[in-house]
Amino acid sequence: MSNAQIEIQLIASLVAIACAIPGTFLVLRKMAMISDAISHSILPGIVIGFFITQDLNSPLLILLAALTGIITVVLVEYIQKTGLVKEDTAIGLVFPILFSIGVIMIAKNANDVHLDVDAVLLGELAFAPFDRLIIAGLDVGPKSLWIIGSILIITIGLLLAFFKELKVSTFDAGLSAALGFSPAVIHYGLMTVSSVTTVGAFDAVGAILVVALMIAPAATAYLLTNELKRMLIYAICFGVFSAIAGYWLAHVLDASIAGSITTMLGLLFLVVYLFAPRKGIIAVMYREKQQRTEVSLLTFLLHLKNHTEERERHVNHLNEHINWQKVRSKTVLDLALKNNMIQFDKNIVSLTEKGEQFTSQAIDYIITNQDNKIEHMKDDFFLFRG
Amino acid sequence: MDITEYIKLVFTDYTLRTITLGTAILGAVTGMLGSFAVLRKQSLLGDAISHAALPGIAIAFLITGAKDSNVLLLGALVSGLIGTFWIKGIISKTHLKSDTALGLILSLFFGFGMLLLTFIQKQPNANQAGLDKYLFGQAATLVESDVWLMAIVTGACLFVLLLFWKEFKILLFDADYTKTLGFNTKFIDILITTFIVLAIVLGLQTVGVVLMSAMLLAPAAAARQWTNSLSVMVFLAAIFGAFSGVFGTAISASQNNLSTGPVIVIVAGVFVLVSFIFSPSRGLLFKQIRFIKNRRDLQLQKTLSFMFHIAETHENISHPHAIKILNNFQGFTKGSLQKLVEKNYVKLEGTMWSLTEEGFKTASNLYNQQTSNNE
Repeated sequence: MSNAQIEIQLIASLVAIACAIPGTFLVLRKMAMISDAISHSILPGIVIGFFITQDLNSPLLILLAALTGIITVVLVEYIQKTGLVKEDTAIGLVFPILFSIGVIMIAKNANDVHLDVDAVLLGELAFAPFDRLIIAGLDVGPKSLWIIGSILIITIGLLLAFFKELKVSTFDAGLSAALGFSPAVIHYGLMTVSSVTTVGAFDAVGAILVVALMIAPAATAYLLTNELKRMLIYAICFGVFSAIAGYWLAHVLDASIAGSITTMLGLLFLVVYLFAPRKGIIAVMYREKQQRTEVSLLTFLLHLKNHTEERERHVNHLNEHINWQKVRSKTVLDLALKNNMIQFDKNIVSLTEKGEQFTSQAIDYIITNQDNKIEHMKDDFFLFRG
Repeated sequence: MDITEYIKLVFTDYTLRTITLGTAILGAVTGMLGSFAVLRKQSLLGDAISHAALPGIAIAFLITGAKDSNVLLLGALVSGLIGTFWIKGIISKTHLKSDTALGLILSLFFGFGMLLLTFIQKQPNANQAGLDKYLFGQAATLVESDVWLMAIVTGACLFVLLLFWKEFKILLFDADYTKTLGFNTKFIDILITTFIVLAIVLGLQTVGVVLMSAMLLAPAAAARQWTNSLSVMVFLAAIFGAFSGVFGTAISASQNNLSTGPVIVIVAGVFVLVSFIFSPSRGLLFKQIRFIKNRRDLQLQKTLSFMFHIAETHENISHPHAIKILNNFQGFTKGSLQKLVEKNYVKLEGTMWSLTEEGFKTASNLYNQQTSNNE
């Protein structure tokens, strides 16, 4: 590995961490799309900053762009407050218009500036190591490493200092207001950090892919855990893993690094989405299927309990009475038999003692909705697990 | 270039005519379908779909190796639909919220599309240049067959809209009720979503991935301010969309270095701004005017009622009183007194005022109304 390669991976990893932290809170606060809006609407800020400083890495440019990001948030909230349109429409209106203004500003001055919309939106990590920061004639490393590094340190500092406040205001804004932490201050603080991070990362991974680095690791982590600290750690790990794996994917394919990092994030999310132990799609589908069977089982047992006459309990009759398809009735019967809840007597089905007991307990549970009676059944049945 | 000259040019110049027609049709169809997206609170779906279409374009190019815009649009359509249904899957099957699902699919698909685009650019194939026009759109590349395709899709969309009007409308405003009536809500939902995806994909070539969502939202959001009726809203949105297209094209054609997409979006934004401010029933301006007028009326009534209380204690209601005694009353100003005189409720004589017969009657009725309201 050459020096430049290590530097690129380092920058990518730092960007991933810096994005994952505010991203986690954005996902939890249901404001993920705001990061998309910010990432687009910082364009006019960047353009104006560039006209003034002629330097894509100047602090003034970052400041101006972050300001545009906050203006976006304020504008969205103002439009929403007028009640003329819903929040999502407000977001969808504000950022394309700001973005268009940026594009037009670039187009009108295309002759005398070197600034490309593609460069702002898509970034090119591969060139990052060539733009060195030189202090007093000494080469101290790539500029973007320093920029994103300082943003990351500030972000971590703020996170550690305000973790409790962030946590409370994210999960219970009312409580946080009652305790004296203004949710508005936390809200705008988070928005500021998100804007600054987006701006700081745009020349490394591009403004749009910052959105991926903010949302995807947090969403993936959210599928695996319900605990905030763990979610943060998982999100950071996913981000860093995708950053490094994405770099090597790009190396192999000779394609955009930012694109491959996002692709890695996508693959990671897909895997977790499918296979997450409790919230993955397969687990959910299995659980839903189990629950359906169990509801059928309960209906079936209730039917047996309610009818003493043999005609109603004949196997052939059951099929047409409860109106299940053959396959399902077989699963249900098997399940009931396996649990010793029914017995056959010359094609007449009847409840065993255990089945009888189970049915009345289940009815009790459904009526009173109290857990303690069926504590011992929980292991066998999904249905009763809350 | 003055306006008449430009209009003449629109009818004679092939490129300009094609582009104007194309953007107008595009604006109309996106406005129409956008109304449904806005009312269903799916405004940002358009943004997600347009981004999700990118990998489809790249894959279609990788498979066919040709730059036929119809094939590429088919790829975009397929990948847009996959993105849409994945979003719906995430929302319904996991506890992730809709905003997360939208942002996730948007950024992941877009990133994957970028990977493919850069991969294609490195391929030894002379054909690949110009694929990135789908990113920001290039209306100048529209040809007559593209416009025909747009017109056909718009026609089909209009036909389906009229055919299923009742179903769309009822699903929009009361989904549960629709289900109980026995309509196949899933089918209606898929139908309208598919058409929205189709409209977005059609617009990619003209305004590009990034700005497509505004084409969908802005005309609908503007139209919403002028009416409460769905049919009028859809109609108005189509008109606004079409005019955004025509004006946007005109402005960008008359200037150098102005790409059409952003200009159209800004024109549509101006429509929204004007609607927000000047719409008679919902607009901010008239709302503020109504607010001020109500406040004035209330002050007037309060003053009148205060005067009535004083006059009540005298046998002769027109007994004159000093203006001074009104001074410590909050709602009283010289202006409001003047207004009362104009309305012939009060007579002024030097520094004295007195209620007229009419003023007394109004005030006593006012008082009655107030007490009956308080009960």
